[in-house]
Amino acid sequence: MPTPLLSDSALLLTIAIAAVVAAAAIVALVGFRLSRSYRELGTEAEHATFAALHSAAAAGEQLRNGLEPAGALKASRQLRTLLNCAAFAMTDDDRLLAWDGTGAAAREPESGVVMALAAKALSNGRTQVARLDVETRKALGLPLDGDLKAAVICPLKVESRAVGTVIILSKTPSAGLVRATNEVAAWVSAQLELAELSSSRTLLAEAEVRALRAQISPHFIYNSLNAIASFINTDPQRARDLVVEFADFTRYSFRRHGDFTTLAEELRCIDRYLLLENARFGDRLQVSLQIAPEVLSTVIPFLSLQPLVENAVRHGLEAKVGKGLVQIGARDLGAYTEVTIEDDGVGMDPEQLRLVLGGHHDGSHVGLRNVDARLRQVYGDDHGLTIDTGLGHGMLITMTVPKNQPGHDA
Amino acid sequence: MNPAIGYTALILVSIATTMIGFYGLRVSRTTSDFYVASRTVRPWWNASAIGGEYLSAASFLGIAGLITISGIDALWFPIGYTAGYLMLLFFVAAPLRRSGAYTIPDFAEARLDSSAARAVTSVLVVVVGWFYIVPQLHGASLTIRITTGLPSWVGAAVVVAIVVLTVVTGGMRSITFVQAFQYWLKLTALAVPAVFILLMVAGPGTPAPLPGGAELFPPAGPLTADSTYRTLSLMVALSFGTLGLPHVLVRFYTNPDGAAARRTTLIVLGLLSIFYLFPTIYGVLGRVYLPNLAADYTDATVLLLPGKLIGGLGGDILSALVVAGAFAAFLSTTSGLVVSLAGVISQDMLGGSVKGFRIAALFAAVVPLGVALMTDSLALAGSVGLVFAFTASTICPLLLLGIWWRGLTDAGAVAGMLTGAVLCGTAIMWGARLDEGAPLREVLTQPAAWTVPAAFLVTIVVSRATKHRTSATMSRFMTKLHVPERPLAVKDPRG
Repeated sequence: MPTPLLSDSALLLTIAIAAVVAAAAIVALVGFRLSRSYRELGTEAEHATFAALHSAAAAGEQLRNGLEPAGALKASRQLRTLLNCAAFAMTDDDRLLAWDGTGAAAREPESGVVMALAAKALSNGRTQVARLDVETRKALGLPLDGDLKAAVICPLKVESRAVGTVIILSKTPSAGLVRATNEVAAWVSAQLELAELSSSRTLLAEAEVRALRAQISPHFIYNSLNAIASFINTDPQRARDLVVEFADFTRYSFRRHGDFTTLAEELRCIDRYLLLENARFGDRLQVSLQIAPEVLSTVIPFLSLQPLVENAVRHGLEAKVGKGLVQIGARDLGAYTEVTIEDDGVGMDPEQLRLVLGGHHDGSHVGLRNVDARLRQVYGDDHGLTIDTGLGHGMLITMTVPKNQPGHDA
Repeated sequence: MNPAIGYTALILVSIATTMIGFYGLRVSRTTSDFYVASRTVRPWWNASAIGGEYLSAASFLGIAGLITISGIDALWFPIGYTAGYLMLLFFVAAPLRRSGAYTIPDFAEARLDSSAARAVTSVLVVVVGWFYIVPQLHGASLTIRITTGLPSWVGAAVVVAIVVLTVVTGGMRSITFVQAFQYWLKLTALAVPAVFILLMVAGPGTPAPLPGGAELFPPAGPLTADSTYRTLSLMVALSFGTLGLPHVLVRFYTNPDGAAARRTTLIVLGLLSIFYLFPTIYGVLGRVYLPNLAADYTDATVLLLPGKLIGGLGGDILSALVVAGAFAAFLSTTSGLVVSLAGVISQDMLGGSVKGFRIAALFAAVVPLGVALMTDSLALAGSVGLVFAFTASTICPLLLLGIWWRGLTDAGAVAGMLTGAVLCGTAIMWGARLDEGAPLREVLTQPAAWTVPAAFLVTIVVSRATKHRTSATMSRFMTKLHVPERPLAVKDPRG
């Protein structure tokens, strides 16, 4: 029988040594960590400061969205430990948002009772100290023989307007506690002002998108009406059809609701647009389409494709001699939909295009810049337009949008 | 079998699949055809595509194989595979289409507003997908071995290579038409030989004698507690499992709206019912005419029967047709799964770029190839059944409760999915190690009957306990799921 490489006892020994080494390493690591953290914490006073700052930072995080119940509850827990009081509550200007209490005050009382306490502070904007009589204590669900007899109510002010209150319950309202509560209320108010600021920043961004919302170009209206006029005597039926198409086109582009639409609807609008342009260009304008049916329901910003097609027709083909071809394609790229608009027109100097897109140049390609800006605004800087062009080489515009957009309804 | 048949069929199917993938939509259209282009896919097309993607190796080869071994009991498989679509029709199809979420992780994130729930769902979807691809590759190995005599690994490798190549080069992007073509190819590949075989066996001429006094329809075995439990558990797995299959759900987004999604599902039910007639015919005849098939060859019943019963050039041609159909089954299901998995992997791990999608596609296909090469094939229908059990215990509670119960919270969903995954995974692994006749073997090898209720229960209890975690956007999302949408503007209002 051949001798095994390691006998049983040797194997056991190896395992034992490995285990000891591993254990020693873990102990050393934990010890190192602990010694470091003690060294960093410093004196007891410093420790207390750190703890207070930590609670404040954690609570501030929760108030980032303004006064709303879930965040207020989490913030209340942090702030109650900071003030070390029996109960800590937050209200907005008409209801109780969060109640965090210990022991006798653990149960959340009716919103109306708390608001009755808060009413005075809300109306005059000053800190109130209230003695809790038997009736109020009963209503708050506190034991009648307990010693929680005082409440401090501080208003929360945003731009000197009271938007809510902070309420604490304690045995006796010492001057120190009242002052500390005041400071906490001032700090919460500051957080709320920050939240207001960030929400107005969001509103601003939305307003910007709305302002950028593409508008039907005046040239197009003028040209279409002229083209239709030229058919009125020679081909009244066609003129009538064109007027109806024109009406439908304007109805779509003037619609007020929603900043988003589906690729299918946008393509339909492009179809009307091209029918009208065809009345002017006749055979000179050729169009070819390659649309993957899977992506037709992709949500895209309202009127984000039509300006690109209009750009291809007006700047690419109008100046060109002879026939011109516009190719529109949509492909499925897994998580994204890619839409391409290509024309074989006169193209553009890339350097000039850069100036136009950068907004440094009030050129004739306002439509392109507008769409590019909106796409960046909505989907981030990675989703701007990609444009390949050169003088005399036509233009290829590529737009990539994510298929999954839970926040956007078409 | 003549190796030339195998090679020809394999090459033809691969070329046809790739060509349709690449050139299916390269038809130039002029403005006058604009409406045609912007019209969405018709429910018929989409239903064919779902059928094409769904009918995998298990349906094409596995069911006939199981009937050959275990007789009438195996008929529950096609019933269950189809019944799953009834559940899909009733509970999931339309709301999910309206949700606008493109993958199950997207749905989880939108419904629960939690990135943790999304991460857990993503991992489960990838695991389910991988284990669903493995039996496809086993089927390919078996088919290659039998038809060409090449070693087993060639089949799996060929399927993975073709799928990865087409997905990576973009050939599968407009996948609807490829998959629709695959359904009709599969149906033809089974139906035409079946008709010839039936004519041979029971035609107007002299019927071929039944060999060795065998019976076409042997009496069913006695009903025991074990067999009742097994059947019940299987039905739970198959009917709830279909709800969570990633590649099937993605297809519904090709429908323009919720109503079309329902119509599509109804047509799918019809298409599947027709399809499953044929594996049953093969299975019943296989029992009689191929009685001595070795145990690991039973899944080849469908491939061997035409050659055995008809023979000559006609037999060769019909065999080639069946082999082509089998390859269509492996390719379509695998590519559908790889595309969905690549979407999930690239989105959640690689930042969602187009390059990431390609890397993810490779990753999604190569891992199951490794697993397939390291494991032996079980009965195909059985191993796909286990994947259904796993899906039913993990993703199904998330979808059903997420759509129909306002109280679902992220903590509940994650707890339920993890419970289902652990229970079902352990049961399957453990059950596979038990010997025939060991106590609890039935309970462990068909775990769906208890793991699915357990997962639902845990989800509900934990959700109740964590009521305060209800997502803030829940009401809005639920409205979106259940309120009928405005129709897409694809119809001309003036007719």
